[in-house]
Amino acid sequence: MWDKIKDFSSEFFVTGDPLILGAQVSIAITMVAIVFVLTYFKKWRWLWTEWLTSVDHKKIGIMYIIASILMLFRGGVDALLMRMQLAAPQLEFLNAEHYNQIFTTHGVIMILFMAMPLMFGLFNIVVPLQIGARDVAFPFLNSLSFWMFFFGAMLFNMSFVIGGSPDAGWLAYPPLSGLSGSPGVGQDFYIWGIQISGIGSLATGINFIVTILKMRAPGMKLMKMPMFTWSVLSSCTTIIFAFPILTVTLFLLFLDRYMGAHFFTLDGGGNPMMYINLIWMWGHPEVYIVILPAFGIFSEIVSAFSKKKLFGYKSMVFALMSISFFSFFTWAHHFFTMGTGANVNAFFAVTTMLIAIPTGVKVFNWLFTMYRGKLSFPTPMMWTVAFIPCFVIGGMTGVLLSVAPADFQFHNSYFLIAHFHQVLIGGVVFGYFAGLYYWWPKMFGFKLHEGLGKWAFWFWNIGFYVCFMPQYALGLMGMTRRFNEYNFDMGWQPLNVVSTVGGFLMGIAFLFQVWQIAHSIKFYKKEKTGDTWDGRTLEWSIPSPAPMYNFARTPIVTEQDDWWEKKQRRLRGEADAPEVVQAEQAPLEPIHMPRNSGVPFVMSAFWFTAGFGFVWDWKWMIVLGLGGVIVTMLVRSFTYNTDYYIPVEEIERTEAAARGAH
Amino acid sequence: MAEAIKQKGHLAHAGHGSHDSGDHGHGHDHHDQEEMKTFGFWLFLITDVILFGVLFATYVVLRNNTAGGPLGSELIEMPGIIASTFILLTSSFTSGIALLEMNKGNKKGLITWLIITALLGASFIYLEVNEFIHLVHEGANIGTSAYWSAFFTLVGTHGLHVSLGLVWMTVLIVQIRRRGITPVTKRKVNIVSLYWHFLDVVWIFVFTIVYLMGVM
Repeated sequence: MWDKIKDFSSEFFVTGDPLILGAQVSIAITMVAIVFVLTYFKKWRWLWTEWLTSVDHKKIGIMYIIASILMLFRGGVDALLMRMQLAAPQLEFLNAEHYNQIFTTHGVIMILFMAMPLMFGLFNIVVPLQIGARDVAFPFLNSLSFWMFFFGAMLFNMSFVIGGSPDAGWLAYPPLSGLSGSPGVGQDFYIWGIQISGIGSLATGINFIVTILKMRAPGMKLMKMPMFTWSVLSSCTTIIFAFPILTVTLFLLFLDRYMGAHFFTLDGGGNPMMYINLIWMWGHPEVYIVILPAFGIFSEIVSAFSKKKLFGYKSMVFALMSISFFSFFTWAHHFFTMGTGANVNAFFAVTTMLIAIPTGVKVFNWLFTMYRGKLSFPTPMMWTVAFIPCFVIGGMTGVLLSVAPADFQFHNSYFLIAHFHQVLIGGVVFGYFAGLYYWWPKMFGFKLHEGLGKWAFWFWNIGFYVCFMPQYALGLMGMTRRFNEYNFDMGWQPLNVVSTVGGFLMGIAFLFQVWQIAHSIKFYKKEKTGDTWDGRTLEWSIPSPAPMYNFARTPIVTEQDDWWEKKQRRLRGEADAPEVVQAEQAPLEPIHMPRNSGVPFVMSAFWFTAGFGFVWDWKWMIVLGLGGVIVTMLVRSFTYNTDYYIPVEEIERTEAAARGAH
Repeated sequence: MAEAIKQKGHLAHAGHGSHDSGDHGHGHDHHDQEEMKTFGFWLFLITDVILFGVLFATYVVLRNNTAGGPLGSELIEMPGIIASTFILLTSSFTSGIALLEMNKGNKKGLITWLIITALLGASFIYLEVNEFIHLVHEGANIGTSAYWSAFFTLVGTHGLHVSLGLVWMTVLIVQIRRRGITPVTKRKVNIVSLYWHFLDVVWIFVFTIVYLMGVM
């Protein structure tokens, strides 16, 4: 019996690595501590009723953001471990297997479990407020999306201490990721972790398209929408076309591994190159999915801190939508070297160059918005301004990579690594940070400390260039990705040391941000106006944090940047349009709100169970998980009492408390 | 203009958040809620089109990769397939009749035609399962070759969709029996019939590409 348990646990848990043992111990201690704290302070009920079952888009947004910051930490630690390994030739810090696992999890976590949820968090918090809605179109589905993401991410992350991490790269090309190349369970964790969270992402895409198209405040025509909302629309459109491809691709890989199918195997007539095509048909749109909202954020911020309308609104809309269209026609530039032929390569090279044009248009729009504006530079604006040159350089190296013949040299070298980190950090991460700083007061009712934010900003930026500029050179010197060691005689060490230093500077920057948040909470100073930055769009017209129902009365919109124009009119002493006045003075009405539900949490937990069962091929667990999913769906289908009304007195009380503060 | 805004205000007010609720007197709430859900379902169907599109593409790429194993044309028996095609097409028609009965407000007719639709769907699944058993018996399973992997996955995914539709329809029949024809159940029937027609269209492609072009 004892031997059996020992056998089982040596297969089940990852053993024999001091780093991972340390992590296992600290994870166990943290979990015990969390349970203890929740029990000691009697917070279990609070956690369940206020958060886990909440369908409020603002709370779901906050949960997304917390999860993504934790994932940023994990992905960042992975990055620093890799940089440490590469700091010197033939270092024996991480062995090849461990290194493979770390670059795999770093990539997956940063894109799918850091960038995506941070993006969804901002969607959730901002979009309904910007369009004057009281929630998203399908609040229940929204909660389900979050929990699917969360449990998927947990399943993936678990592999690090249970069973072993996947190690076939972040896109898991077969045959390496097939059963012959990766017989362990790591790859199964990969498939199910991403699959489960991917279903959540797909649902979010649908949810926000409906929200934006159907729930805008009266008078807000499409061409009067805030630019961030436009960017969310373009991103979500891309999501609903791209994510099903991922779902199918992972499913086929699963069939190969679990059922012995031959889609991507080397024997039985399978075709591994088909996987590479399919995964990039999702993968390339995916990078546009995460960057488009960042463009939206920059547009909002640049306009707010230049005190000017966004330059070239229509061209911006056109650029966003055309990028979301063209993003589906560039995928093969990820494998020019595969040998599909000159004509195919030429087509994808041209489309890749074409897609740079709308992006360039946007850069000019931001610059012209600032031109002759009344500029100020608080942290959100600093990130925006830093983004522009960074993204331009990253974009230009992208155009270099798009030249198919040249790509035969750049392919899989550190030049590529530097390029995509530059657009993903300099574009996506900077963008989401800017958005986080900008909308933080709207989420929590207080501003983040500016001084510490500036420290973080400079460390991030300097660290970024120190880390990645040398990598362009290393790439041209022949250093390829995904090797854990190199020889002394390659001459790569000096630049690698510089790069590692840069990585750690970014690590310090992250610590500054943690400090900044802790400091700002400790010295909490209520942001009373609700309009922290003298903003332009509807979210700044209500108190911070927004009351549960967002808008006591549905606002009437008459123009673009409606809130700003209204403030200007008031300053000039002009009256609003009669229908606006009438709407503002109308008596309050009871507000229709969705009820909280525990079903999304439970259903996602069953998905997790099924996924875990598939990973270990435990039939009883698979049946339990999938059965649970079906039962929870039925429970939902038979639930008819899903909403309620907030009475007028309660709205009056809430409004008085929020508005009375100033 | 003011009138338009007022109307839209009405709409936006009602449209905010939430789901179908019990029997309170806010008819317009239901109307907008249900309309949004139907729209959301159309978007879901787009994603499902992509899903099947990828499976079709995979099938087309792998159609000749039999790795020396049996070909589709050697094992697949067309009479059963043609029968099941007509059964599924008929079920699409009967689900249309169910909708007409619903719009007439005839609860009994609605339930009857839904049951007929579900029975036809079940016979389709029965025939498909039989076909699969026959194929496995003849020595073609998902692991035989890339061709058969693609075949079983494409046809099987369609079959899985139809099976889910059956569960869904059954659940709906129970709900209609309990609650009658309300805006909520009406929307649910509308959506399930959209789904059903969609699967029918997908089957026409399966029939053409997999069976007619691949087998005959």
